[in-house]
Amino acid sequence: MNWILDHIPDLLAASGDHLQLALIPVVVGLVLSLPLGWVANRWTVARAIMVPVSGLLYTIPSLALFVMMPLLLGTKILDPINVQAALTVYTVALLVRSIADALAAVPESVVQAASAMGYRTAGRFFAVELPLAVPVLVAGVRVAAVSNISLVAVGQIIGVGGLGYFLLHGAQTSPPNFQEIIAGIALIVVLALIVDGLLALAGRALTPWTRQQVGRAGGGRRSRAVVVK
Amino acid sequence: MSVFDQVGDWLTNPDNWKTTLGIAGVPQRLGEHLHYTGLAVLIAAVIAIPLGAYIGHTGRGGTIVVGVVNSFRALPEVGLLILLVLAMGLTLALEAVTIALVLLAVPVLLAGTYSGVRNVDRAAVDAARGMGMSEWEILLKVELPNALPLILGAVRSATLQVIATASIAAVVSLGGLGRFVIDGNALREYDQMAAGAVLIAGLAIVVELLLTGLQWLVVSPGLRKKTSRRTRARTAVPTSG
Repeated sequence: MNWILDHIPDLLAASGDHLQLALIPVVVGLVLSLPLGWVANRWTVARAIMVPVSGLLYTIPSLALFVMMPLLLGTKILDPINVQAALTVYTVALLVRSIADALAAVPESVVQAASAMGYRTAGRFFAVELPLAVPVLVAGVRVAAVSNISLVAVGQIIGVGGLGYFLLHGAQTSPPNFQEIIAGIALIVVLALIVDGLLALAGRALTPWTRQQVGRAGGGRRSRAVVVK
Repeated sequence: MSVFDQVGDWLTNPDNWKTTLGIAGVPQRLGEHLHYTGLAVLIAAVIAIPLGAYIGHTGRGGTIVVGVVNSFRALPEVGLLILLVLAMGLTLALEAVTIALVLLAVPVLLAGTYSGVRNVDRAAVDAARGMGMSEWEILLKVELPNALPLILGAVRSATLQVIATASIAAVVSLGGLGRFVIDGNALREYDQMAAGAVLIAGLAIVVELLLTGLQWLVVSPGLRKKTSRRTRARTAVPTSG
């Protein structure tokens, strides 16, 4: 434990960097994917293009995307913006689809009722369709946040990696510093779990009407069964 | 000369496509990458698909599966690779990397198989039971064929995740296409680095397309129709406002 106790300030500073590298892309990605998801839901042609394209973007391995970013953006190779831009791409690729699906899942009768009550397109989107899409949206944001937090560590290979530094540095010292590596891994997992938990709580707070439903796993299956009947 | 030209030159330079004087060319690195990936996905499938089918069929332990899968998503792949390789020693690096890749692929496959089997229409399962099918027959003739789209989807995403992580294997002194990125970075040769990245991305996209095609081919036409009916219903929805 000695190494860990001696390096608490370093670990905390790296945790801050790590969160910043992982979560700014989540926020930017969310802001970008809301209009894109809306467009994908509104026009079939847009959906037919955007869903496969985002699927392909999502398949590009992180190491490759980090390295290709300077090629696409004209940035410097070791610029932290490469990692953040790549993680934004992943977030958008993940969320566009889930937003489009969530909006498509809003029952047509609800949309028509809102229109009948006098909502115009924009007002109806923010007051009716978006709130109903929040559970799916939160699920997507949670996946994006957790996987971004774990992917930042890969960025250390090109020199930008928050807590990833301890993983590679601990491996390069001889003999390998297992405490350093394990501390890095553990902090990344803990950060991911904390952020995931906070997002789950935020999702619950935003959707008070879903709280009557029991457990999420059971709820999903039950709502599916209802649709089938 | 622009970066694009440099990368293009690297990729079209025949010297980079053959193994000379112990410096591996693209085909050898690609072979290594596919070797790590194929082996890991195969082992993971042998472990996870029967287990997932069992859990899905009996319904026992489903919450544990979901929990395990979610917590594995938080685990940094680089850390897992480094830790296993250091713990097992560099002589066993290949085995260590394979174990790490299997550990990453198992939860994905397990979750896909479990939810695929679990989400089969209960009416169909009850009908099969009413027809006198044994539990084995229900699993093999009703549940697994119906779950095939989700299982293959899981195979696809597990394979892609393994391809992505295998490109990091170069960090722990193994081969694979990631070698070009790591070596290029060490030598400050951006053309080699970016060419490696392009190759990794290309491999991932090709595999994704192949597996999507395979998924479309193997899935029973009866299940395929359902999706096309849904898309037709979607387009038929009047776009008001």
